[in-house]
Amino acid sequence: MPTILEQSGYSADRKLKVVGTNPVKHDGPDKVTGRAKFGADLIVPGMLFGKILRSPHPHAVVKSIDTSKAEALAGVKAVCTREDFPEIPQGTGFGDMTRNIMAREKVYYDGHPVAAVAATSESIAKKALKLIVVEYEILPHVIDAVEAMQPAAPILHDYLRTTGDGSAPDEPTNIVNRLAISMGDVEKGFAEADFIIEKEFDSQPMHQGYIEPQGCVASCSEDGQIDLYCTTQGTHVFRDRLSAILKTDSSKIRVSQSEMGGGFGGKTSFYGEPVAIVLSRKTRRPVKIVLTRNEVFRCTGPVAGSKSRIKMGATKDGRIVAAESELVFQCGAFAGSAHVNGAQAMFTRYALENIEVVSHEVASNRPKVNAFRAPCVPQVVFGVEGIVSELAAKVGMDPLDFRLKNAAAEGYTTCYGVTFGPIGFVETLEAAKACDHYRSPVPEGQGRGVSAGFWFNRGGDTTGSLTVAPDGSVTILLGTSDVAGSRLSISMMAAEELGVPLDKVRAVFADTSSIGNNRVTAGSRTTFSAGMVIVDSARQAIAEMTRRAAEIWDVPEDGVTFQDGEFRPAGANVGEFDPLTIADIASRTSVSHGAIAGHTEMNVTGEGPGFGLHIVDVEVDKETGRVDVKRYTVVEDAGKAIHPLQVEGQYQGGAVQGVGWALNEEYVYGEDGRLQNPSFLDYRMPVASDVPMIDTVIVEVPNPNHPFGLRGVGEVPVVPTLAAVGNAIGNAIGIRPQSLPMSPPKLLELIDGAGS
Amino acid sequence: MAKKVHVTTTVNGDEHQYLCEPTQTLVDILRNELELTGTKEGCSTGDCGACSVIVDGDLVCSCLVLAVETDGKSVETIEGMAGGGELTPLQRNFLELNGLQCGICTPGILIAAKALLDRKPDPTETEVRFWLAGNLCRCTGYDKIIRSVLAAAEEMRGN
Repeated sequence: MPTILEQSGYSADRKLKVVGTNPVKHDGPDKVTGRAKFGADLIVPGMLFGKILRSPHPHAVVKSIDTSKAEALAGVKAVCTREDFPEIPQGTGFGDMTRNIMAREKVYYDGHPVAAVAATSESIAKKALKLIVVEYEILPHVIDAVEAMQPAAPILHDYLRTTGDGSAPDEPTNIVNRLAISMGDVEKGFAEADFIIEKEFDSQPMHQGYIEPQGCVASCSEDGQIDLYCTTQGTHVFRDRLSAILKTDSSKIRVSQSEMGGGFGGKTSFYGEPVAIVLSRKTRRPVKIVLTRNEVFRCTGPVAGSKSRIKMGATKDGRIVAAESELVFQCGAFAGSAHVNGAQAMFTRYALENIEVVSHEVASNRPKVNAFRAPCVPQVVFGVEGIVSELAAKVGMDPLDFRLKNAAAEGYTTCYGVTFGPIGFVETLEAAKACDHYRSPVPEGQGRGVSAGFWFNRGGDTTGSLTVAPDGSVTILLGTSDVAGSRLSISMMAAEELGVPLDKVRAVFADTSSIGNNRVTAGSRTTFSAGMVIVDSARQAIAEMTRRAAEIWDVPEDGVTFQDGEFRPAGANVGEFDPLTIADIASRTSVSHGAIAGHTEMNVTGEGPGFGLHIVDVEVDKETGRVDVKRYTVVEDAGKAIHPLQVEGQYQGGAVQGVGWALNEEYVYGEDGRLQNPSFLDYRMPVASDVPMIDTVIVEVPNPNHPFGLRGVGEVPVVPTLAAVGNAIGNAIGIRPQSLPMSPPKLLELIDGAGS
Repeated sequence: MAKKVHVTTTVNGDEHQYLCEPTQTLVDILRNELELTGTKEGCSTGDCGACSVIVDGDLVCSCLVLAVETDGKSVETIEGMAGGGELTPLQRNFLELNGLQCGICTPGILIAAKALLDRKPDPTETEVRFWLAGNLCRCTGYDKIIRSVLAAAEEMRGN
């Protein structure tokens, strides 16, 4: 059967007019003039300001909450606590979710919400918070995940039992889940190895670091309808979860999205939004809640920290024969780290036959983790790719040749049971070998590191509509979110399919009441999935216009062909007719069959796995331990770059986020279980002067399951970064770090240790 | 409640009179009183630069300035950048070179870049990087931001 790509008439020399060019994004002018409306930018008449009171304790029983003094303060219109949220049993997904939004029996982390206020001004709301009296019974806490696994550790949830492979005893624990992945025979594999390396690694949680704090306005009516405006990576997912925790029909909840000021996974979950709804229900007035940066750090995100033991073996001719690992991921106070991704992806890109991975997800007194670009993958690839480079050195091979020798290709069946179709890992490695950066000698005094990375890419529930106006211009209705330009990329695919100039096409967001279900915009799925849906919608519109052209000419439908935006007779025997444009047909809607539109809902499958290779040169100041990133190149297979500048932007942005995580970013807790660095001053993300230009090489090995061959480009660029920087530092100082972040004090210790 | 203070501030050439609490920041007044929400608030501690505005020619974080301090002063925000319906070379280059992704840091970065080019029309890449080191961007990795500023500077010099 021909692939979707072949059915779409794809060939390497197909001339594309729009796809592959770099037009200005349609949401751009509003964003350079200050007109674009983000989560905190909506101002509604009669609006109240909501503020949330948060626990200062990492673990405590909430014995009582006295809100009477706050309620009596002039300007306070409502106070809400756990009493205002429906009871949902503990230990269920929605039970955890509602307890993370507003504590019930206990608080589980520094910053856990315990009450909230709506008042006529922000300053009154802040004053009111200070008048709420909460009586706590403080409990012992545990921050570190490995400590939380010990028998004597304080237990967060006494009902919790380890799920997963069924090996856990029936007793209280902080180990949420244990999963095992196994393929082949690891023992046999290691027996064949000439070189075996086994090491331990650790990483700290980092924050997604979006510059826009969560912001929303909720408005509830007397008959129970809820209107929520917010910054989100998934309006429908928010709606359905709100429906579950507020026990309200989804049809009574309308979620509209603002422009989103960065998400990176962190806006796939809600925080203040349900609280704003409850406060609006109590006051019947719109309530705005915007989190502060302190709240964003203490209570949203972060990314799971991890510990790993990794063992790999290779033969002296350069074949990796076995890989084994034991992983521990923090999930924070509640389950939900997606650690299965880490276990599945850590070795995937090499054609290994023998793999064994055991992974644990562990609760501790930290905020519940959230998704971040390739959730749970970069922090374990940090270790794997370090060992791969060391094995290459032991074997005496160039690190890229060693990776090429072991690279997975079409037909390889992964440890999680998926057999790869056409993938671009080999092409990516070859492009890396050929690029100027890799061919240039390492400058004196610097170290160079390389690392490969993989992400599944995703599909899933997606709905979209496309309508053709009587003048032939086109509107696209999307229910996905736009993190960095998907509205434009999807419009470009529609313009290409319809053969109309891009300027005739505009894509807008629909709220949850205006379009069917869409999964969260995450996992590098949106341009791929929504692109599929809109190309399909465009084809429906073309089919309908073909029927109408046939009717106008009074010929059979197969007598009409569509090419370059025009309907023409399919052959000389059909008759002589002037071509009809889309506008020609669309202008006759009132005299023919009504409006022209296409609408598609799909559970999109066929995502194409993504592979990347990063090359980085660093200089390490041996007196201070400071790392200077001198040169950085990202090589990655996009499948097809719809808008190359936007693809480059994804590569560059992912790399620099990874540089931050590699060198500086971490959550620092005190003995008291409180977060010590909840500000951009103490949690230091990369600034412009920290990094060089980031070079990019876009490889294009088309995904056969997409009409334009695209894969997805958002996640892969962060995956290899930590390991690439680690390997570069290792080559610069002679010892490869095993602990993230590779901050000056840690590097100084390594440098001093190596020197003594 | 503390008594409100009467303040007169010129914003983008228009005189505004308003009442504010003595503790209210300029960014709060710009966004919530004057409804000029183009200036963004990312941290409230002067670390992210999203709220950058120009007060009497000086680049400041409007979260670190009290509104009462701007009495009698002139404030430039992103809303005033494109005069007469034409985008400036800075804005246009950011669009054409993809110098923005999500766009939340963009107003602050454009204002900061304008303040730089007002002082120094021919900055080097390093100078642009250090000048913009007070403006966090989490999407772009800065590459295309720096290129956009350098291209705008070149265009404005008439090259």
